[in-house]
Amino acid sequence: MEAQTALKETSQKLKEFDIDSYARSVRLRDRVFGVIGLVATFLTLIFLFTISVDLLIDGWSRIKDPAFYTSYPSRFPEQAGILSSWVGTLYVMAGAIFWSITLGVPAGIYLEEYGGKGKVARIIEANIANLAAVPSIIYGLLALGIFVYRFKLGESVLTAGLTLGLLMLPVVVVSTRESIRRIPRSIREASYALGATRWETLLHHIIPYSAGGIFTGIIIAASRAIGETAPLITIGALTFIAFLPPAPWEDFVGMLKSPFTVLPIQMYNWVSRPQEEFHTNAAAAGFVLLMLALLMNSIAFYLRFKVRRRYQW
Amino acid sequence: MSIELKKKLDIALYVFLMLMGAVSILVTFGIVWVLLVDTIRFFTHPDGGGFPSSLIRFFTDKHWTPTFYNKQIGIWPLLNGTFLIAFISMVVAVPLGLVVAIYLSEYASWKTKEAVKPWIDFLEAVPTVVYGYFALLFVTPLLQKFFVYFGVEMEGMNALSPGIVIGIMILPYTASMIEDSFKGVPQYLREASYSLGASKLRTALFVVLPAAKSGVLSAYLLGFSRAIGETMVVAVAAGMYPQLTLNPLEPVQTITGYVVQVALGDLPFGSFEYLSIFAAGFALFAITLVLNSIAVYLKSKSLGY
Repeated sequence: MEAQTALKETSQKLKEFDIDSYARSVRLRDRVFGVIGLVATFLTLIFLFTISVDLLIDGWSRIKDPAFYTSYPSRFPEQAGILSSWVGTLYVMAGAIFWSITLGVPAGIYLEEYGGKGKVARIIEANIANLAAVPSIIYGLLALGIFVYRFKLGESVLTAGLTLGLLMLPVVVVSTRESIRRIPRSIREASYALGATRWETLLHHIIPYSAGGIFTGIIIAASRAIGETAPLITIGALTFIAFLPPAPWEDFVGMLKSPFTVLPIQMYNWVSRPQEEFHTNAAAAGFVLLMLALLMNSIAFYLRFKVRRRYQW
Repeated sequence: MSIELKKKLDIALYVFLMLMGAVSILVTFGIVWVLLVDTIRFFTHPDGGGFPSSLIRFFTDKHWTPTFYNKQIGIWPLLNGTFLIAFISMVVAVPLGLVVAIYLSEYASWKTKEAVKPWIDFLEAVPTVVYGYFALLFVTPLLQKFFVYFGVEMEGMNALSPGIVIGIMILPYTASMIEDSFKGVPQYLREASYSLGASKLRTALFVVLPAAKSGVLSAYLLGFSRAIGETMVVAVAAGMYPQLTLNPLEPVQTITGYVVQVALGDLPFGSFEYLSIFAAGFALFAITLVLNSIAVYLKSKSLGY
């Protein structure tokens, strides 16, 4: 008896259930979430935009001043410039890119071409994944404890380049592997079939075909490393440098051993001062940094696009 | 070139490539070795009271003042600052990261995705010191105005504004990893859900999300670990005052902030101050290592389909 009334009630409810309005409300909820998602996604981009505009407005009086790019830091905010820091950034980044290529590209080739499922390769792979997640300031401690004091390289351009090079390593290794993986097996086998040895195949085919992708990865890694401040502060980079390292074509070793400052450190130095005039300089330096990072990312984007069009296996 | 020479070159190249691959292992060893050695020297240093009393003080002292005359070496104030800021950033990044990931993987058209991706890449390259500037000179004044409205004083250096900025900073990273784990959910699960009449939102929340839950958790852990290791934002905007507080409106100091503060001064090699940044760094490394390992383990579990 009871079961029957329950059944009746349920069927009554089913009859009264307005499927159309229910479907409408579901669809509405769906659409509302679509809008929320779009807003949330663009929120991060709006945030980026706000930062850029904020820096541009705050630092405009210095950004438009050519003397800003050709003067040394100074006690007087309106005379201070970023000459020593952008030159330092140039040298340090050159070193970082050099080290990340010499260490990262061979490691990537090894893992992809020779590694397979071997034990050594698996350990190296897990290790690189782990290194990618280590906070950058820990690299600074590594550099301070080992490069600066135990290898006695000092607080130099060389130490900074090495440190940032190690920081870039995981990204370079991963992008090297990915661009090699995109080359089909048939290319390799054709090369072997014609009697080429492994190194000939590597030199004549694998590396040239993957070079575009590898370069893209290096530029992406460099665009992240150029803004790295923490590891370089940790190794004791000076913030007040009123001279330039010797030009590499005149005194290469002297350049490597020279003390340095870089753009993000110069910016940090200016931000952390209480006088507001220095904050203007900081904003200008930040804007220059942001534009450098944007430029490098655009180059990487363009390269990736070109590479995709060039090799379509 | 003779065949013999070619064969030798082949072997030489193999050895060269493997050695270069092994350098990364050397880096890891270098990190562990330098942190371990200098942390041991920190705990045996007479200024800290020598082993084992220094180790006990490390966990029982209520202040962190290795640079003062009266040296106290309790790690808790630094951990307090570190975790307070990391939690604030997760309050921002957890819900927003999920919404952005669901939108990108379930809702957005291919075109939108292609348009958004390069910008998300670029966000990763924004220098963190720029975020620090933004937190100190844009977000903090804004929040101060907001809180004055409610009659609450907020200090110029505080945990809230760097926390919020770090949250937005790790958002693209977290969201793209969550999206990756959503991609691993097979299409037939979604189609089964649609065929039963479920909407997109319901499918995303009750089918895709549970199916990818370990990947999502792993993404959050990696984001959290990144927030803990973040340096420049907190060095600029969080202050330099290590204290035990849960009030986000007060200045705090994180482990990373302490390392920066000490490194900016002139450090004699082997001094107590010098060693203290390695002990603090060791704690940071251990915390992030644990978080990353759990994340990797969870990720490996999520490949079940």
